[in-house]
Amino acid sequence: MGSERDVTSERDMAIDARTTVGSPAETSSTPDEAVSEPAAPVDGRKPLLEVDHVTLRFGGVVALNDVNFTLYEGEILGLIGPNGAGKTTCFNAMTGVYTPTTGQIRFRGEKVSGRKRFQITKLGIARTFQNIRLFPEMTALENVQVGADANHKTSVPSALLRLPRHWREERQGKAKARELLDFVGIEGRSGDLARNLSYGDQRRLEIARALATDPTLLCLDEPAAGFNPAEKVALLQLIRKIRDSGVTVLLIEHDMRLVMGVVDRLVVLEFGQKIAEGSPAEVRDDPKVIAAYLGGVEDAA
Amino acid sequence: MTALRERWHSASSAFGRRVDELPKSARITGLLAFIAFLYVLPNKWFYEYLNIPGLWIPLYTTRNDMAAVLFYCAWIVLLSLGLNVVVGYAGLLDLGFFGFFAVGAYTVALLTSPESKLITEYNWLESPWPWLVTVPIAIALALLSGVLLGAPTLRLRGDYLAIVTLGFAEMIRIVAKNQDWILNGDRGIPQVGHPPGKYPDGTAIFQFEFKPYYWLLLTVIIGAVFLIRNLANSRVGRAWVAIREDEDAAELMGVPTFRFKLWAFAIGAAVGGLSGTLWAGQANFVNSSTFSLENSILVLAAVLLGGAGSIGGAILGGFLVIYIPEWLRSVGDVFGLPETATVFGNDFDVSPTSLRYFIFGILLIIVMIFRPQGLWPNRRRAAELQDRQKEVAVVE
Repeated sequence: MGSERDVTSERDMAIDARTTVGSPAETSSTPDEAVSEPAAPVDGRKPLLEVDHVTLRFGGVVALNDVNFTLYEGEILGLIGPNGAGKTTCFNAMTGVYTPTTGQIRFRGEKVSGRKRFQITKLGIARTFQNIRLFPEMTALENVQVGADANHKTSVPSALLRLPRHWREERQGKAKARELLDFVGIEGRSGDLARNLSYGDQRRLEIARALATDPTLLCLDEPAAGFNPAEKVALLQLIRKIRDSGVTVLLIEHDMRLVMGVVDRLVVLEFGQKIAEGSPAEVRDDPKVIAAYLGGVEDAA
Repeated sequence: MTALRERWHSASSAFGRRVDELPKSARITGLLAFIAFLYVLPNKWFYEYLNIPGLWIPLYTTRNDMAAVLFYCAWIVLLSLGLNVVVGYAGLLDLGFFGFFAVGAYTVALLTSPESKLITEYNWLESPWPWLVTVPIAIALALLSGVLLGAPTLRLRGDYLAIVTLGFAEMIRIVAKNQDWILNGDRGIPQVGHPPGKYPDGTAIFQFEFKPYYWLLLTVIIGAVFLIRNLANSRVGRAWVAIREDEDAAELMGVPTFRFKLWAFAIGAAVGGLSGTLWAGQANFVNSSTFSLENSILVLAAVLLGGAGSIGGAILGGFLVIYIPEWLRSVGDVFGLPETATVFGNDFDVSPTSLRYFIFGILLIIVMIFRPQGLWPNRRRAAELQDRQKEVAVVE
């Protein structure tokens, strides 16, 4: 990836932030208050996912250090930070790939860690992958059907004997898969193998597959990586459309412009620690964030 | 070499396309005709007049009764269908498939033989049970042993799983060889019951003749194919493909990977057990010598030769691994090939009969060089194999 270009665009963003007045803050709480009261409802919204003082160690490496934030129902939360800040690790802890060393992750008040990964998906957390991980030799439709199967109960006996449940779920799964392919805008490619789709369509297919599991929370891991500006705009619209359909979205992203344009709130990680939280405007002005992205504050000034 | 391979590829795929383009009714008629052909095949009057027009090569075997050869073919075909679910669909390398076969065979033997120690020494049973009653018990026990073996070991992947299953099959064999308390050690269990059924004149259908057993096996195979197809075209089959292609992604998309892998293992075990019951019913005698590692490998070779993940491939592979050596055994008689060759005054046995496994091995190697995906592979499996080869090439 063109890291040089990324850095310049981030620098532009930071300069923008200092020269223009950001949009009015949507949340009244300053970052410090949010740390002390993670579960407090903002604007009367209910917390959906609580990351409660999570620390994750791999041997001597502390990947996440006392990370603490809350995701509210119906919002789009951006999780940003420089490379290696622990964004994907945080993601993996939420979806059950890693178990936190200390601390807890709660989804609608229920503890997530310790559950099997497919059960966490059934709870309502779905995700996409930073490096696309579709089932390459399955068609687009079949890929989404696998996601839809997460809530199906057909197992070997009913499939073996072709019981009514098999037919019903097969029909429902297929219909839902078609609908979702249409939703993300690749309905014309439903019969093509996933590996033969273009890069952008593969990203969209991953989103469709994740949505097929009927999530309340959709976690997107750098969905715009490798996109050109036009594709990014289209993706932004898709993310808003997903939120408007009632799904809460957690977005990991490098592209600051994309994040600023779409998220309601931001959490900034650096070296496994949360350094800021708040509306895009607040975070943009935060000296710690500017320092994290552009080097030391003194240097920038 | 490559040109030859290309031509073979295009020819075989053109054939496949042409079959696919046929209307459904034509395909079903063709299939029914083929099944009818298989039912008629073991009759001497039929197979003796089958030949390739223009060049007379007998396709039947002369050293061994054709019906017997077909029975063994069908037996391996059933086993490869079962193993195909484990290896081809779920992508689990199982080297101990004959362990489950042994469980099925021994269950039937113990319950149906009047010589069984359960009757003669321990008086647990008053009289031998009929064969048919013991079949569901044998299948259930094989399935249970599949679950018991799978539950702890399916957390392993790839080669590690292969080693554990290999160990399991060897354990079963060695226990069967040495355990005297019930299994009667290497002396085995004679007088195993036969399947039921009588001709109108009162003589039993299932005695020692191979033909009726072949027909029974063929019927069982058709049923098994039907059920396995149902599985492959359902949520279960989709889950297996997903697990094979990306196990972690599958789990994160809500596929209970462990449960479905265990199911694949258990289904394979149940088919293995079923095959054991049929084999024991025919052989009339069970001891540990059938459960050797070579047989497990033979079934695996059948699946890979035919093409993993495809039902047609499993059938073709199972047929060929028995049929080719048997046919080679008699081909020397047909062409009048010399039995021995004298080199520097020493006589060497060069008859195809003695060299049949050597020739068969070479054939296998040639197939694996030119068609590593197998003779009749599943399109998806073949593509996955190719992807993997590309990955390896990139690393190199």
